[in-house]
Amino acid sequence: MLNKYPLWKSLMVVFIIAIGALYALPNYYGEDPAVQISGTKGVEADLATLDQIKASLASSNITYQSASLANGQVLVRFKDYKNQQTANKALSISLGSEYSVALNLTPATPEWLANIGGVPMKLGLDLSGGVHFLMEVDMKTAMNRAQENMLGGFRTDLRNEKIRYRSVKESGNGVEVVFRNEDDLAAGESLLKRTNQGLIFVDDEDKLSLKVTMSEAKLKETREYAIQQNITIIRNRVNELGVAEPLVQRQGSKHIVVELPGVQDTARAKEILGATATLQFHMVDQQHDVRDALNGRVPAGSFLVNDQDGRPQLLKKRIMLRGEHIVGAASSMDQQTNRSQVNIDLDSKGGSIFSNATKDNIGKPMATVFIESKATGEKNPDGSLKFTQHQEVISVATIQARLGSSFRITGQDSPAAAHNLALLLRAGALIAPIAIVEERTVGPSLGAENVQLGMQAILWGFALVLLFMMVYYRKFGLVANFALAANLVLIVGIMSLIPGATLTLPGMAGIVLTVGMAVDANVLIFERIREELREGKSVQQSIHQGYDAAFSTIFDANITTLIAALILFAVGTGPIKGFAVTLSIGIITSMFTSIIGTRSVVNAVWGGKKIDKLPI
Amino acid sequence: MKIFKMKDTLAFMSYRKASTIISIILVLASVISLATNKLNFGLDFTGGTLLEVGFSQPADLGNIREVLEQGGYPDAVVQLFGSSEDVLIRLGQRDNVKAEMLGNEILNLLQQGGNANVEMRRIEFVGANVGDELAEQGGLAMLTALICILVYVAFRFEWRFALGSVTALGHDVILTLGLFSVLGLEFDLTVLAAVLAVIGYSLNDTIVVSDRIRENFRKIRKGEAEEIINISLTQTLSRTMITSLTTFLVLLALFFKGGALIHGFATALLFGIVVGTYSSIYVASTVALALGISKEDLIPEVIEVEGADQDELRM
Repeated sequence: MLNKYPLWKSLMVVFIIAIGALYALPNYYGEDPAVQISGTKGVEADLATLDQIKASLASSNITYQSASLANGQVLVRFKDYKNQQTANKALSISLGSEYSVALNLTPATPEWLANIGGVPMKLGLDLSGGVHFLMEVDMKTAMNRAQENMLGGFRTDLRNEKIRYRSVKESGNGVEVVFRNEDDLAAGESLLKRTNQGLIFVDDEDKLSLKVTMSEAKLKETREYAIQQNITIIRNRVNELGVAEPLVQRQGSKHIVVELPGVQDTARAKEILGATATLQFHMVDQQHDVRDALNGRVPAGSFLVNDQDGRPQLLKKRIMLRGEHIVGAASSMDQQTNRSQVNIDLDSKGGSIFSNATKDNIGKPMATVFIESKATGEKNPDGSLKFTQHQEVISVATIQARLGSSFRITGQDSPAAAHNLALLLRAGALIAPIAIVEERTVGPSLGAENVQLGMQAILWGFALVLLFMMVYYRKFGLVANFALAANLVLIVGIMSLIPGATLTLPGMAGIVLTVGMAVDANVLIFERIREELREGKSVQQSIHQGYDAAFSTIFDANITTLIAALILFAVGTGPIKGFAVTLSIGIITSMFTSIIGTRSVVNAVWGGKKIDKLPI
Repeated sequence: MKIFKMKDTLAFMSYRKASTIISIILVLASVISLATNKLNFGLDFTGGTLLEVGFSQPADLGNIREVLEQGGYPDAVVQLFGSSEDVLIRLGQRDNVKAEMLGNEILNLLQQGGNANVEMRRIEFVGANVGDELAEQGGLAMLTALICILVYVAFRFEWRFALGSVTALGHDVILTLGLFSVLGLEFDLTVLAAVLAVIGYSLNDTIVVSDRIRENFRKIRKGEAEEIINISLTQTLSRTMITSLTTFLVLLALFFKGGALIHGFATALLFGIVVGTYSSIYVASTVALALGISKEDLIPEVIEVEGADQDELRM
């Protein structure tokens, strides 16, 4: 018998390895340092911007490789990091606040390769440098807000329909409405059932009360909304930070992952991401005296809040408008007074609420209360984080006219403070506060060092195994080495092709481990061939038997490792996921190269002829 | 070239009493150490703040400690990391309002304390809840892995082999954890990943051996179970040792060239490979033998079915 592969099978092996090599190629070209300029506040970079950038770079004597405009963004490439840094500073100054300038790395892949989808592997933050945040959404507050909404909504509904009630108050996780008689109870229940969906109503005719709680579906919806809204807001804030290729992703039921490659100033990033701010507008309580309230006699419908200078203010509890209706905020200078101000735009619903609320209060002072939620670091008994609310009156202004959907607040100390406030407001109003519960920051030098160390480990491991296999199995060892090299190329090619796959330091360790374990399949096959030869079988029979008998063993052994890797992928985060990815890919590619790949070579070299000895 | 030239079958199984005793002693020692010394859990599991900073010249640890103490962080643990210019600073959980800002504050302190050219290399902050969650997830991952593998092996082989290989896995995991406990090495997420890789590797080895035992039970009509296991172990010894050797080689490269961040990972795997190789020879087979594995269990008409499904898998 002879061992021969049909032509198509050999061609398929060549083809697959060639494709792998093609897509692994962009990694060889590496990446160029670049800066990315994009417009903020809805402005798009255009040809004029491009010219402005070119002029600015020329006047600062900064050499660059290319500057191009695409998708409303300008990308300038540089030869080295020094030019990139200086250009970043120069452009930030010359372009002003209308554009955000971010450091970036752009693949230096040749055009023909890029055109067929060739990109280098995406590096994890431990290799590229940057910040990884894990943020937790405070679900308790989200639920409280939902409860408050129910409370307010019920009152309005009942009042509008003129159904009389004794009380509407919070009770447990829901709201309890107590009526004056059975008729009102029945009417109220049918009204509230009509106007509210997803609630569970339980009435008690003896106590004339109606207990309302949220259904499981409604609870889930509320939680979903809290996390989705936070994700949207964080995305906006991250865009404000001017980061190239940020990642904002949901993780589990209450966590959000934020990854900011290349960010150095983590303190600023944290300030902007970690603080949740919202505004509430209250009327100032003019009927009562602040000093009385300070002495403990706070009127029932009012509360005390300090202003920025620490002076207490007595405000009416009723919220005229919540920050969630804010759709836009921008800081500017008032030309006449030369003071900084924040212009606020509301959505149409907010506009009409505000217009109604202010029409009867013209000439009276209204306070803008800034509320910031911050995590305290302490925990509730159930293990979730405790948040504190910091309230501050940031301005008290007299209502000059009925306010609509666009108005302004003055009273900020400095343009910077006004800008910061506008930024926080623009990012939207949160219904649930968030806190950073995990941070991993890697400096750029450590990242570069990690890449270098990882590469060295891979090369050394690879060299040692190659040497050993060549000495131990002679020419068959060379075949195994060819398979090993093809395996590495395939891993890199596939990692580059899969959009979500990221190379991390543990991922590089996974490649090293794969190199060591991938030869296992060949060791199994070759040992089997030697055994068959020892038993006196012919050369061709031994080759055939060796591959055949080893196959199911290799398959079983690899599947189990794959199971371990997949579980690791499912529960792991960040770098660990990277390890699971390279390990899984490595297992699959190694099965291909070390069984089919080596077989095609062995068949081609020794399989087609009658020989008495094998160089194994 | 051949390292192992075996003409005769090696009587592995006649040492099984001794090996069982050794294994039991090692497992007990590990369990005792885990119970008393516990594991030196890293930041990932305990929560807290970690800061790696680089200096342009060898770092003065005394000075750094002084600066931190004056800055209100007397509990900071300061140590060199990898080289004399690299310093690792650890802080435990504290009831601070801005726990996540701690890293930046310490960096500021150092820069103001006369180390203007101190460079931030790494900041890690893990909230206590997250740490607990990660620990829980990690333990869960390990259990899930063991169960899934048990199911797969039981499905592909025979329950005695399945139990044998999972015992071997448990053995390897406990010993590796035991090593980290005895030596007080830091146990973090990457080490956990390494332990899971050890599970995968050790299983790989065990399956190769079990596969051969099954094959020989069918092929060799006469002979006791013990003898057949000995034959199988002898036949696979060469492969077992060579694969362990190549894996060991690459891990040495990782240990010496991969940098300080990956040391724990490499250590766990280096140790795990040695233990895994031993357990695939002794633990798995001993358990299968003790459970009374015999020819009858493996010979039935299953052969037909096996052959059929292998054809489908053959490439």
